[in-house]
Amino acid sequence: MYMAPHADHALSGTQAPGVLPKIIIRFAGRFMRPADALAYLLTLAAASAIFAIVVIIVYQLVAGSVLSRHTFSWNFLVTSVWDPIAGRFGALPFIYGTVMTAMLSLLIAIPVGLGTAIFLAEQAARRVSDVLTFLVELLAAVPSVIYGLLGIFILVPILETYIVPPLQAVFGFLPIFSGTFYGVSIFSAGIVLSVMIVPFIVSVGREVLLSVPAYLREGSFALGATPWQTISRVIVPYARRGIYGSIFLALARALGETMAVTMVIGNTPQIKASLLAPGYTIAAVIANEFTEATGELYLSSLVELGLVLFAVTFVLNGLARLMLIGASKGGKEV
Amino acid sequence: MISHSQRKKIVNRVMFALTGLCAALTVGTLFFILGFLVVKGGASLNWDFFTKLPAPVDEIGGGMANAIVGSAKVLLLASALGVPVGFLGGLYLSEYGGKVPGFVIRYVTDLLNGVPSIVIGIVVYEWIVHRQGHFSTFAGGVALGIMMIPIAVRSTEEFLHSVPSSLREGAIALGAAKWQVIATVVIPAAMRGIVTGVMLDLARVAGETAPLLFTALNNQFWSPGWNNPTATLPAMIFSYAISPYEDWHRQAWAAGFVLLSFIVCINLIVRFSLRYRIESVV
Repeated sequence: MYMAPHADHALSGTQAPGVLPKIIIRFAGRFMRPADALAYLLTLAAASAIFAIVVIIVYQLVAGSVLSRHTFSWNFLVTSVWDPIAGRFGALPFIYGTVMTAMLSLLIAIPVGLGTAIFLAEQAARRVSDVLTFLVELLAAVPSVIYGLLGIFILVPILETYIVPPLQAVFGFLPIFSGTFYGVSIFSAGIVLSVMIVPFIVSVGREVLLSVPAYLREGSFALGATPWQTISRVIVPYARRGIYGSIFLALARALGETMAVTMVIGNTPQIKASLLAPGYTIAAVIANEFTEATGELYLSSLVELGLVLFAVTFVLNGLARLMLIGASKGGKEV
Repeated sequence: MISHSQRKKIVNRVMFALTGLCAALTVGTLFFILGFLVVKGGASLNWDFFTKLPAPVDEIGGGMANAIVGSAKVLLLASALGVPVGFLGGLYLSEYGGKVPGFVIRYVTDLLNGVPSIVIGIVVYEWIVHRQGHFSTFAGGVALGIMMIPIAVRSTEEFLHSVPSSLREGAIALGAAKWQVIATVVIPAAMRGIVTGVMLDLARVAGETAPLLFTALNNQFWSPGWNNPTATLPAMIFSYAISPYEDWHRQAWAAGFVLLSFIVCINLIVRFSLRYRIESVV
């Protein structure tokens, strides 16, 4: 306060220009200093390159699948015959396997992931929570092929010996648990996938929960609610958009996951009611057959499968990002 | 008879015990995974693994020296392509991107991050392998390079943003041009963070297998130069794990152990050198 008049006086000598001159100066400066122009153009080129890469991805998928799209049109998506020798290709068994494994993985990952996120955001002391979050995110850093390795040699034997026999003894009458279990199956793939997507739900979910304003929590406590009532009726509903966003991200990952699924699903293009039967997914069939595909139509059909996968994950990721942007509005960016 | 307030306290206890159980299950899974790789992989590891070529099918022994070198070459090329583009892209977003272009590029980058890795493999196959007529280290490097871009962009942007504005203002007050401010003040201040971001990025693509299946393919021998198919650790783990041979399974575990050790080490180094999380990575 005491210094203010003096400071004002000092500033008045170098009066700041108005808004319009400022813009002109900025523009002129940008184009008059060659070094500045160069720096700007260089970064702009890199940013445009990223845009161009996404355009190239779309172009290559669309152009590569022309033959298949023209031959089968929309029937491609609803036909269940996959016969490379006869040259007939239908994507239905792969779409079915992809959807079933993804749903199964969400069924496990959503409750476990949300529970973990709630524990980390609301229960654990901040320091403990940070360490545990690091460990959970390390799960996301484990490569897919290593999940596959563990799936083949650890999970499948455990399922064969300890899990599936009692499961079938009790629930064997249900179609989804019927039939002979060979170890590799949609069920095994779903379990592996669930471990792989849990980190996404936990990590994003925790951030979303932490960004809920404190006054909501305090208000709820003031009304006599227990901590659990506060979480289940105030905090989670408030953060629901962000939580949906995290689930969409996880779903997109599950649909596109390749190596681990390829190694434990059994790679059999069939549609069976039983989860214990082998299946096949879009990503897995591409991984297995792409380099061996003989003939234009075969390759083109595989590229079309890639296009389907790309389109679905593109939409899901787009929705997830929009939800997360909405969820973080006014709060911390997630 | 349990009163209402007693019941809500019991529910509170039970639900929090359940969330704790979820957390224990999630973190426990990680230790389960690390434990198996250390036990099974550690027992399978020997000096031959690092120094010898893969043995022919009917022989026991051999190693994966070519796959280790192959992975290093692919990752080197991927970094050479992905890091500059990602770094400059992040610089654009942080320093030049206006509201609309900034939003578009940021959104596209996030979408690129979400593209399934197998799709990147198809695209690079159609784009490079199909045209050149052969699989190569080069194509594998391009595929992984594309995958590195999104995280490099987001972590660069994040660390540039975290540079205090007082530093920028100080430099501007001294009469520095915008590029001088960025090059001599902002980037050096954010350098440590940017480098660790790139390291995490490298750790993430080091284990990618799907994009290499149709680009770098695989190779039982050394792969000279950049234009031949090459073995990589992840691709070797895949082909050895699904093979019917006992000794190959042993080597797959060894390779998994080496690969995961590399990834976990990078994550630990980053964690301890930064002391906080990079949020854009997952």
